[in-house]
Amino acid sequence: MAAEDRISITVKLFAFFRDNRFIKQEQEFPAQTTVRDIILFQGIDPEEVGVTMINSRQCTLDRIPVQGDQLAIFPIIGGG
Amino acid sequence: MADKIFRVNMSTLSTAIEDVPADWNGLGGRGLTSTIVAAEVEPTCHPLGGKNKLVFAPGLLSGTVAANSGRLSVGAKSPLTGTIKEANAGGTAAQMLARIGCKALIIEGLPEGDTWYNILISADTITLSEETELVGKGNFDIVTAVQARTSAKHGIMAIGPAGEMKMLSANISIKDPDSRLRSCGRGGLGAVMGSKQIKYIAIEPTDAKVEIADPDKFKEANRTFTKALVDNPISQALGTYGTNVLVNIINEAGALPTRNFTSGQFDGHEEISGETMHDTIVEREGKPKHNCHTGCVIQCSQIYNDVNKQYKTSGFEYESIWAMGADCCVDNLDQIAEADHLMDDIGIDTIETSVAMGVAMEGGVLEFGDGEGICRILREDIAKGTPLGRIIGCGAGSVGRAFGVTRVPVVKNQAIPAYDPRAIKGIGITYATSTQGADHTMGYTIATNILGVGGSVDPLSHEGQVELSRNLQIATAAIDSTGMCLFIAFAALDDETCLPALVDMINARFGINLVADDVTNLGISILKTERAFNQAAGFTNKDDRLPEFFSEEPIAPHNVVWDISDEEIDTFWDF
Repeated sequence: MAAEDRISITVKLFAFFRDNRFIKQEQEFPAQTTVRDIILFQGIDPEEVGVTMINSRQCTLDRIPVQGDQLAIFPIIGGG
Repeated sequence: MADKIFRVNMSTLSTAIEDVPADWNGLGGRGLTSTIVAAEVEPTCHPLGGKNKLVFAPGLLSGTVAANSGRLSVGAKSPLTGTIKEANAGGTAAQMLARIGCKALIIEGLPEGDTWYNILISADTITLSEETELVGKGNFDIVTAVQARTSAKHGIMAIGPAGEMKMLSANISIKDPDSRLRSCGRGGLGAVMGSKQIKYIAIEPTDAKVEIADPDKFKEANRTFTKALVDNPISQALGTYGTNVLVNIINEAGALPTRNFTSGQFDGHEEISGETMHDTIVEREGKPKHNCHTGCVIQCSQIYNDVNKQYKTSGFEYESIWAMGADCCVDNLDQIAEADHLMDDIGIDTIETSVAMGVAMEGGVLEFGDGEGICRILREDIAKGTPLGRIIGCGAGSVGRAFGVTRVPVVKNQAIPAYDPRAIKGIGITYATSTQGADHTMGYTIATNILGVGGSVDPLSHEGQVELSRNLQIATAAIDSTGMCLFIAFAALDDETCLPALVDMINARFGINLVADDVTNLGISILKTERAFNQAAGFTNKDDRLPEFFSEEPIAPHNVVWDISDEEIDTFWDF
């Protein structure tokens, strides 16, 4: 696959998703990779995901990030 | 044994135990405190004068074994907002009041002279005594001293120096099962207790149990209800990270009010986050999980130790940490914990006081980021009642007026908490229309705007925000009447077994046949009662507005302003 077909994404994890993983990491994926695929790549079950945001806006798991996006992945959490 | 109304008249120094009026029988918690305040308090009265009344009421299910049912409601006309007010907290008092058959405790009138009093209540007596030793003392000393006078099992509801000085942010502290504190925080109800010169109220323990009309049905419903709470993933995360798990998600959403509401993101968010707090607690051998009342299965409280592994604070909440942290730009969790501890001891609302500190920082009283300075002002000014301490202790609005600051985040003079309404518009509707001034707990749209609970409503859109806030405010008023912790709502919104089980428990407790619509109607009726009180006190729809800076100053990173029209806000009350 040509280099231009790959994109670089900043992936941010929160709460227990950080356990044995990372807080923030730059990762490369083939263009057209969905948020769901990126979640699976981290070894996270999408069923455990509560909220995903790209550049501080909520997004669906079908969303396809573009070069330079920041993707935040949260488990199901609440407070108040 | 039928429940009774316990009444203390501080003008005549007399007490009475009365039958419950028929109209109040089906009420508890907020539904009862608001009904009593609306029935017995002149809406235009001075909140710190002899016509105001302070009402304590356990919820409908408090004192039973129902999970999470130990919330106590306290109501009065608020000296901070001038509106009707209900503040609730955990601790042991609600369950103990219910077990001695106290449907509500009403304190009315004002004593002549400067004598202070304490009150001891049991199933059939109310004892009013003069108090000298504890006047001027902080809440932790009060708990120690009252337990020595009575027993470690007595319930305690107390005010610290802030309440004695009638500061408008003074809270009422409730003893928890570990003899530490929970707070009926908002709206200055501690000042109302201080105006009546009552330092503390102790509750005698009893072996009596709350009567259950249908014990088998109750047990079964409680089993279903408890399962719904325990199985809910949000409950599990709350037990691990506490409510402070929200710092990072609200920051990510661009809605974490920072530097006195001038940005939506805080550079130091990781340092004050729930994740950091959890790791620090574990490292220092504290407890990430802790219950504020017996029977809580969520356990969002915690024991936070200092660097020497000694107890520093508990009930270390997101809103308190946000306010001292992001809003005052303090990125040191230990300084925030110290301030939290001081505020608990002084008996002052952590949200109001910390937002007031942010306004004071903008007014040049101290620098943003000066966590030590916050602690110093708490110790040397607020606790001692210097003029500066009294200005800050009377809240964010008070500081803004004294120091000429125009960016003052309040609605009806009560500080806006931890979610910027420009970036989460649903919560702006709640702040604007709540019957009690800005208060996130009145209709927690964050659930649906941000957390994906109860569906999803885009936080930046206009669509659906009024309806979302309305539905949640109605449901909240009903939940606040049951004695249930509001965090049952996360399960109730997404687990279809939860709410029917709650209704079944109420039915089994009282031998009645409510359906879900009755619960909704209860919520509607409470909101309307509260609003009618406020209108009679002089409030109009013009008071249901956010401060103008929200409409004029865009907030990063979304660069959005508050842009929901006044007409749209006013449709909130179309029900």
